[in-house]
Amino acid sequence: MSVSVDTSTRPGVTAPAGRNRLLGSGASDLASHDRRHGALPRFGSGGRLIGEVADAGLTGRGGAGFPTHRKMAEVAAGRDVVVVANAAEGEPASAKDRTLLAYAPHLVLDGLQLAAEAVAARHVHIYLRRSATAGVRAALAERHAARWDRLPVVVHTAPDTFVSGEESAVVAAVSGRRAVPADRLRRVSEVGVNGAPTLVQNVETLAHLGLIARHGPAWFRRQGTADEPGTFLATVGGAVASPGVYEAPYGIRLADAIALAGGPAAPLRAVLVGGFHGGWVPAAPDLPVSRAGLAAYGATPGAGVMIALDTATCGLAEAARIVGYLAAQSAGQCGPCVNGLPRLAETLAALARPRCDSRLAVEVERLATVVTGRGACRHPDSTGRLARSTLRAFAEDVTAHLSGRCVARRAR
Amino acid sequence: MTDSRLHVDWTACDGRGMCVELLPELLAADDWGYPVPLDGRREPVVPAHLVGPARRAVNQCPMLALRLLGRPAN
Repeated sequence: MSVSVDTSTRPGVTAPAGRNRLLGSGASDLASHDRRHGALPRFGSGGRLIGEVADAGLTGRGGAGFPTHRKMAEVAAGRDVVVVANAAEGEPASAKDRTLLAYAPHLVLDGLQLAAEAVAARHVHIYLRRSATAGVRAALAERHAARWDRLPVVVHTAPDTFVSGEESAVVAAVSGRRAVPADRLRRVSEVGVNGAPTLVQNVETLAHLGLIARHGPAWFRRQGTADEPGTFLATVGGAVASPGVYEAPYGIRLADAIALAGGPAAPLRAVLVGGFHGGWVPAAPDLPVSRAGLAAYGATPGAGVMIALDTATCGLAEAARIVGYLAAQSAGQCGPCVNGLPRLAETLAALARPRCDSRLAVEVERLATVVTGRGACRHPDSTGRLARSTLRAFAEDVTAHLSGRCVARRAR
Repeated sequence: MTDSRLHVDWTACDGRGMCVELLPELLAADDWGYPVPLDGRREPVVPAHLVGPARRAVNQCPMLALRLLGRPAN
C-alpha cells in the first residue's frame, strides 16, 4: 500500500479529516470548490488511477457494492468507451444522490472527469432526476467557462421510477430508448450505450474517486474497516428524530448510525437496511453496518438506506406495503415479475392481517422462489429476498397473527 | 468444451409453453405458464443429450425468446 501523501501542491488544500468527507467539504460553486479541493489532478489513461482506486478498495455506492477498479479495468480495454454518472436514485427511501449533487456537485463532476480519463472515454454522460438537472447544468456551465473539464458532459433526465437506475435501464435511457431494463447476452462493459463499452458509476462513487485521486488510497482507508474501507452516505429514516442524509464509515454500529439521525423517535423493533431491495435486521445497537456485519441477516448496506421501525408498527403490514409498491413498480416486461410480484404482495398483505391462514407463509416462500432469477433485471429477485427476510425477522408476528393477535398492537 | 446453457429473454417470453413441452427434463411451467428452470439456475445447463431438443425449442419459440449459449462446436 502506498504512503499517504497529500498530492495537492496548493496551500490550504488539506485532505478531509474525520468521517464527513463528502458532506463536510461541500462547495456548490467552482471557486469555493477550487479553494477547498484544488485543481483537477491529471493521471492520464495509463491505468495509474485505476491502481489507486484498487489500493483504496473503493466499491460502488449505488447498491451492488462491486469493486470500482474492476469495472474500470473491464471497460478500459475497450474502444470508444462511454462513461455514465448515475444519479437516477429510483429508491423512494433514498435521498443521498440528490443531496450530494446539491451539496458538492463539483466533487461528483471531478470524479466523472477522472474516471473518464482513466478509461480513455470518448463520451461522458450524467443521468439524474429532473429536480437535480438545473443545479448540475449550472455547475457544468461554470466548469466550461473555467475550462475545468477535459471532456464535455451530456445531461440526461431519468424518469421517476424505481427501476430507472438499473444499469441496463441507464444504458437504454442514455441511448435514447425507454428507461427500462433490457435482456442482456453480454455485459454493459462490453456492449452498452449505442453498442459501446460502457462504465456506469453511481455519483457518490465518483465523488469518493475525486477525493482518492487527490489524497491517495491510504487516506481513503483511514475510515471504515480493513475489508470495507471508506465512508458512505446513509439516508436514515422511519422512527428517528431527524430523518436525513448523513455520512458514516462502513462498520459503524447500528445505534451510532441511528444516533446520527437524532436517535430513535420511539422504542425500535427492527431496521430495514439497504432500502426496499434490502433486508430487515433487529434493532441491535452493536450490529456493524457493513457487508460482513449484516451478512447473517441476508442484508447489505446497499445504497445506504436505513428505515427504523418502532415497536408499535406491525413489520408485516409495513413489508406488505413496500412489496405492494415494488410490484407496482415492475416495468411490465417480464411475465414472472408482472404476475408473480402482485401475487406475492397480496399474499403478504393477507399475512399482515390478524386471523390469517397458516398456509400463507409457505406460499410467500414459494412465490419468492418462483420469481427469483426469472427476469431481465434483479427486481423480482430482490423483492423476493425482502419477502423472505420479512418472514424471518417477523416470525413471532406471523405466529401471533395466526391466532388473531398482533405483536405491534400489544406493544402500543 | 463448455456446457451449453439456455438463455431466456424474459422481456420477449409470453408464456406460450412450447419450450416446456419440448424440454420437460429442463423446464416446468409456473402458475402462469412461463418456464421455470428445474436446476434453479438463471440459465439452465443443457446436457449434451438434450442439445437437439433444446435447439428445437429455440427454433420453435413463437416469441424468439430463447438462445442456446456456449454450444459445443460440431
